[in-house]
Amino acid sequence: MNKELTKHLAPGHSTCAGCGIPAIVRTVLDATDDLVVVVSVTGCLEVTSTLYPYSAWKVPFIHSAFENGGATAAGIDGALKALRKRNKIPAEKKIKVVVFAGDGGTYDIGLQSLSGALERGHDFLYVCYDNEAYMNTGGQRSGATPFGADTETTPAGKKSFGKKEKRKDLMSIVIAHHIKYAAQANVAYLPDLAKKAKKALELEGPRFLLVLQPCTNLWKYATSEYVRIGKLATETNFWPLYEYENGVYKINWATEKPKPIEEFLKTQGRFKHLFRPGGEKVIAEMQKEVDEDWKRLVNLVEV
Amino acid sequence: MMNNSKKIALTGGAAAAEALKQINPDVMPVYPITPQTPIVETFAKFVADGEAATEMIEVESEHSAMSAAVGASAAGARTMTASSSQGILLMAEILPIAFGTRLPILMLVSARAISAPINIHGDHQDVMFVRDSGWIQIFSENAQEVYDNTFIALRLAEKVRLPAMVIMDGFQTSHSVENLEILENSVVKNFVGEYQSKNNLLDFENPKSFGPVSLPNSYFEFKRAQIEAMKEAETEYKNICHEYGKISGRNYDYFESYKLDDAEKAIVVAGSTAGTAKMAVDELREQGEKVGLLKIKLFRPFPYDKIAEALKNVKNIAVFDRTVSFGSKPPIYSEVVECLYMIRDTKYIIQPYIYGLGGREIFKEDIKKIFQENWDGKETKYIGLK
Repeated sequence: MNKELTKHLAPGHSTCAGCGIPAIVRTVLDATDDLVVVVSVTGCLEVTSTLYPYSAWKVPFIHSAFENGGATAAGIDGALKALRKRNKIPAEKKIKVVVFAGDGGTYDIGLQSLSGALERGHDFLYVCYDNEAYMNTGGQRSGATPFGADTETTPAGKKSFGKKEKRKDLMSIVIAHHIKYAAQANVAYLPDLAKKAKKALELEGPRFLLVLQPCTNLWKYATSEYVRIGKLATETNFWPLYEYENGVYKINWATEKPKPIEEFLKTQGRFKHLFRPGGEKVIAEMQKEVDEDWKRLVNLVEV
Repeated sequence: MMNNSKKIALTGGAAAAEALKQINPDVMPVYPITPQTPIVETFAKFVADGEAATEMIEVESEHSAMSAAVGASAAGARTMTASSSQGILLMAEILPIAFGTRLPILMLVSARAISAPINIHGDHQDVMFVRDSGWIQIFSENAQEVYDNTFIALRLAEKVRLPAMVIMDGFQTSHSVENLEILENSVVKNFVGEYQSKNNLLDFENPKSFGPVSLPNSYFEFKRAQIEAMKEAETEYKNICHEYGKISGRNYDYFESYKLDDAEKAIVVAGSTAGTAKMAVDELREQGEKVGLLKIKLFRPFPYDKIAEALKNVKNIAVFDRTVSFGSKPPIYSEVVECLYMIRDTKYIIQPYIYGLGGREIFKEDIKKIFQENWDGKETKYIGLK
């Protein structure tokens, strides 16, 4: 594998075939020439990259628990400030603290820790790779799971169409902390992710990236399809690419004619039940939500 | 050496803050909880006045306090925090991680009852709840010991790369003003030295991965190595106490034996009640009764053979616990039974007592009465229960 590409994360990790997490990590870390310290929380990335006695990390890496990515980064940021103050780290040595956490560790169990760290203004970049459920434990619903999805804990059945609730609007929650930079990206659009990561890494204070990461195993599709399915998420407006910078919203990709949500849903086993009789109502409801969310986003840009 | 010190009156909490000021730690993630708050408030004022250069992180929970402490300590910063009660329970997930990652984080604890029902007053249920978390635990009788133990625990933690708790009794010690001797800053600075972490997260030339996944083929060996680290802590504790005695004139041991040599009856107790019990022992001794006291200091690691040796000639022993171990026997009692099992036949009598839960008072007269009770060791008895 390309040495330049794997200078932070070596190829010897054990993520599933067709998993985009390594691409997200490499694209983000590649966006800076500074030294980086990587924090991760319990989840797919951590278990597949640090199986003792091996580690795929070529940069300093720490994992402590599931719900403390923000707080762990806060501690490292505190240490950097303290050690610089005491001249134990030279001023010219530039060090970035970057957290990678899944949606379970971010939307749900780690939300408080993230919120505290954002509010206190620590100097760190938090990257959430969002595969829309607890994939490391086999695919249970999280606060990021979309309405209508079949998961291990919200199975579709004779009397259930899957998850009954809409996913949490994490971007709005993060932006409500009035941080300098937050962006929504998608592993299927790596140049866009690279641009956002570069912008985020050049700033100081808390920065946030929410990156869609289609999960081949538990969204249930062929491993070769993850880029296509990722693209469909954006082309249907299910997952718009946008950024928030110093109070201003900007949409990074738009089309006059977004594809209907079915185009995205029909590619994945987790939505298969919606294409049986009775599922059309749920699909219509999803389309309504996508349209409303898009309108709200467009309004934010125009305001 | 006494020239190096001065006498001042401080609460136990302020004594802890004074010790922290003299250490001048790199990072302190803090979160308020009664009766710990005076420690971090007093310390925050020192920082605000430029008397300490510590990076304070006012986190949003104790879980985050300990998580931030793990991050900071891994990054090579001398890191401390303070907590009590529910706060320690909320940290409970991260305490074994600090231990398993071998991070010498120091925590000042103002020990308090745990819910439910909620109660902000002192007992030892919080620290006993986490007694198997892998943290070194040192009990303090009074403000002087809080001050001294802070330096000893820091040196010990950094020597053996394990986290440590310095425990004081919530309110009785944390909020009571006592006279104590404070060392000169330069003496403290010299004693605690500069912190150099062995494995530093910020070593970019030789990057390390902290917190890996360990499967059944390696996990057991990690635990076994951690057991050795705790054993090493027991040995080093004595050396560090000895060194501290030389600079302070206060000589500490694994525990304190008080009039124990010829004692026929003895109480084993930890924390501030040891002070009250000493007065009871003195008065009973004046009446010719052969009574004594063993005050627990180092609770984790528990110095079994040393305590066994100290108690080997005492016929009757009462162990005071300020904790309940529901469905079981109280923790200090259980440890003392283990000590005596190591050296004796079955003729000894050892009586468990539970006292002081949720801040219930215990007085000298109560303890004198206990000494006069018949100890048969059959059932747990309760002091001061209405």
